[in-house]
Amino acid sequence: MSAIKAKHQRLVLLVIALVALVGAGLLAAWALKNQAAYFYVPSDLAANPPEQGRAVRLGGMVERGSIHKAADGVTVNFIVGDGKARVPVRFTGITPDLFVEGSGVVAEGRMEGQTFVADNLLAKHDEKYVPREMKDMTAGQAKQVVAETK
Amino acid sequence: MSNGPKTKPRLAVWLPLILFAGFFALVIWGLVRPADREVASAFIDKPLPEFNLPPATDERPGLATATFKAGKPRLLNVFASWCVPCAVESPQLAQLAGQGVEIDGVAIRDRKPDVARFLAQNGNPFARIGKDDLSQVQLAIGSSGVPETFVVDGKGVIRYQHIGEIRPEDVPLILSKLEEAAQ
Amino acid sequence: MIAELGLAVLWMAAALAVLQLVAGILALRPEGRQVAGLVRPVAVMQGVLVAGALVALITLFLTTDLSVKLVAENSHSMKPFIFKLAGTWGNHEGSMLLWVAIMAVAGGFVALVEKRLPENTLIATLAGQAFVSLGFYAFLLLASNPFQRLPEPAPEGAGLNPLLQDIGLAFHPPTLYVGYVGLSIAFSFAVGALVTRDVGPAFARAMRPWVLGAWIFLTLGITAGSYWAYYTLGWGGWWFWDPVENASLMPWLAATALLHSCSVLASRNALKAWTVMLGVIAFSMSMVGTFLVRSGILTSVHAFAVDPERGSFILALLAIYIGGALTLFALRASTVTEGARFSFVSREAALVFNNVMLCGILGIVLVGTLYPLLTEAMGVKVSVGPPYFNPVSAVFAIPMMLVMGVGPLLRWRQDSFEGKGAGRITLPVGVCALLSAAVLLGVELLAPQIKLLPALGLAIAAGLAPASFLPLRGRNLRRTPLATWGMVFGHFGIAVALFGMASESAFSTERLAAMRPGDVQQVGPYAVKLEGIGPVAGPNWTALEGTVSASYAGAAPSILRPQARTFSNPPGNRTESALKTRWNGQLYAVLGEEGDDGRWQMRFWWKPFVPMIWYGGALIALGGLLALLGRVAADVRRLVATGKIAYRRERQGR
Repeated sequence: MSAIKAKHQRLVLLVIALVALVGAGLLAAWALKNQAAYFYVPSDLAANPPEQGRAVRLGGMVERGSIHKAADGVTVNFIVGDGKARVPVRFTGITPDLFVEGSGVVAEGRMEGQTFVADNLLAKHDEKYVPREMKDMTAGQAKQVVAETK
Repeated sequence: MSNGPKTKPRLAVWLPLILFAGFFALVIWGLVRPADREVASAFIDKPLPEFNLPPATDERPGLATATFKAGKPRLLNVFASWCVPCAVESPQLAQLAGQGVEIDGVAIRDRKPDVARFLAQNGNPFARIGKDDLSQVQLAIGSSGVPETFVVDGKGVIRYQHIGEIRPEDVPLILSKLEEAAQ
Repeated sequence: MIAELGLAVLWMAAALAVLQLVAGILALRPEGRQVAGLVRPVAVMQGVLVAGALVALITLFLTTDLSVKLVAENSHSMKPFIFKLAGTWGNHEGSMLLWVAIMAVAGGFVALVEKRLPENTLIATLAGQAFVSLGFYAFLLLASNPFQRLPEPAPEGAGLNPLLQDIGLAFHPPTLYVGYVGLSIAFSFAVGALVTRDVGPAFARAMRPWVLGAWIFLTLGITAGSYWAYYTLGWGGWWFWDPVENASLMPWLAATALLHSCSVLASRNALKAWTVMLGVIAFSMSMVGTFLVRSGILTSVHAFAVDPERGSFILALLAIYIGGALTLFALRASTVTEGARFSFVSREAALVFNNVMLCGILGIVLVGTLYPLLTEAMGVKVSVGPPYFNPVSAVFAIPMMLVMGVGPLLRWRQDSFEGKGAGRITLPVGVCALLSAAVLLGVELLAPQIKLLPALGLAIAAGLAPASFLPLRGRNLRRTPLATWGMVFGHFGIAVALFGMASESAFSTERLAAMRPGDVQQVGPYAVKLEGIGPVAGPNWTALEGTVSASYAGAAPSILRPQARTFSNPPGNRTESALKTRWNGQLYAVLGEEGDDGRWQMRFWWKPFVPMIWYGGALIALGGLLALLGRVAADVRRLVATGKIAYRRERQGR
């Protein structure tokens, strides 16, 4: 194999770089279409449910009086609502410190039947961290949750 | 010098700058997007929805839309006894009430004894207090949290929305908004 | 007094930066030659002054001077010493001062020691450096003065976010900052070289130690950050593809590519425009990362001070620096001379492949990180996580790691797998490849439940580990340059970390249970028993502490103490997981909350070989350190030698 002619080397390198760039872009676009987890509030979920088993995120308020712990001691069932619709959620694991009734939560998981099965719960950590999706939904409430926990 | 291999790099060297410009445009949009103001602006200059709430305490009557159409601007304060910042803003509400501003309250998801205790502790600047157990009115007027305060003109149209507690430095703003609404 | 002094010194430093920029620009014109001598001393002085300002701020924090606004807002007299120190940069203003201080000190150092570059290029570099610093000075002095006094001294400080009160996080941001700032020096070199159109081996050699240094700190920062997230979030994961993590990963990827293309330019005078481009990209990624983290434009599980206004400021700087540099690049790139030629089978070609793949991963991570923002622009909210990042980045990472086994064995310019190359390259690499294939086959036959990616990871790690030592074959180990050792350790570290990642993903077991004191659970080879729960107190927190005795395969039990901590100033909670590390893995215990029936939620993981991930990271950083020492030692020898020659000439001339 001989060395590439000087005049063409830069061009060849450039083409390789461009092909890789475009390839990466196309691959990313294709994968994102299939793998991105969409964000739902309960009323979206009721109106236009995602496919069963597809990874999505659900955000809303934990309804007062809805948290029930199952007999195994580590599974909680609760209801997430947005004032228009309500979704039952099941979560197995250790709930975050600020997971309390009447406050905001974002659950990562999937629909199984009529229940949202969460793999992970994100509750507000402090005033510095509100999931953006929640921030839009509960503008003033963020402050209130912080104050409540103080 | 042949032109073929030369012109292509010349175009390609601008590619990084173009990509960067795209990135820049995207994040500029992300930054200026008025996430919080959007909620507010959607309801400003809109009439209050029709509602008729039962009283939240035995000391004051309930609240209906008709109250806001009496010709004089009023404040509508959305609060709850379980909300700490609502207690924080009570001196400011008292100050406003002291200056002759008429204030009506909507208590969100509350119980009568709790409201009574809250008012006993923090004072009661309200003329009327409606009880909104399902947050129906709250959502209908575009409030998503407590406390929030609305300036409503004499025709029942929302003129200003204040999100979060009223701090002492916010009082002049509220007063000026009330004056604007009176014109 | 100290606060006023600090502010005055900072203003002086900013004035010197202006002088450095103006003198630098003038010196590049023929009529301005006489000011050229000004640039270096000014750069040194600027470094000294900013370091003084930083020392002043640190002093204020250590003495908890509550009349200073920043101290009152971020510190507390009861805070442990180390967190008072960390409080200096644990906030926006302080971190900006730290940033500008590191930058100016590094610039001063360049001005003091760098003698290889043509004087014009160096002056352009220092002017570029001053230009970059000026943006941060403007920000500090006009918008976020760290030395601002309160009208009345505060009675007590507001403390530091409990989530940030952690020794790992106290030193994590400054480590990353040093990395980012090191890349800003590389950026200045790239701009300087573009201005004078002087892109060559001397430029690459001058830039390389800075890239290496920055890269070492970034590697350490990412490794430490990953470990911090692992033990503090209590989720058992070590990488979440969170925007904050991606923000630190992207500069690392760019710096890794830059490091490799630098060595091509230094040794072979090829890949000129590409190296300059990477120099710009690497610093852009640091700025983009800082911007994404600080602006709060993307949400993250890692709590951090966010502020959209400050975000816009960083964005404006980003636009000026990066937009300007890319425009300069576009104008100048075609006038940069053609590099030396090389064949498809050569060290250069392998490094080009490495660069392209790294940039591919970089693109994938960047697109994935920004995608939620893009869809939000169209009114759809999404989040992007491991199901996207893992397989898609693997598409680029796997070929890269395969080439990594061969590349270091290839000769510069032209090589062959046949003839002489057969014994030197083809045979040993073939053996390593067979090892990989055997591991893959073994995994598929014995444990078909393991998913494809972890299986591939195990296989590649098995082949790459021995392959990374092949460059030492047939060499006199004592005479092998340190830089070669550095490469060997760096590549071996990649194999080790990959093994840890694959093993964690393939073999982890988890147990989640509600336990009463006395209950026993089995997790992997461990039998864990909850002995009891009791309260404990720390300097500024109280906690519930579980006592867990864990027995490995029937051996004598060891005690783990997971905690749920409650902080008082400001209030907040944090789970403190407990770890038991063995040579072959880690037991991970988290204490949850108490149920109504007196049972406690406990979560355990057994993660075989998971510490290898961070040992690998440390090895990679060690490789970088060896390479840096090797390069610096060679430079010092050369300096001494030229000094001797000059001395002799002087004597002979007399």
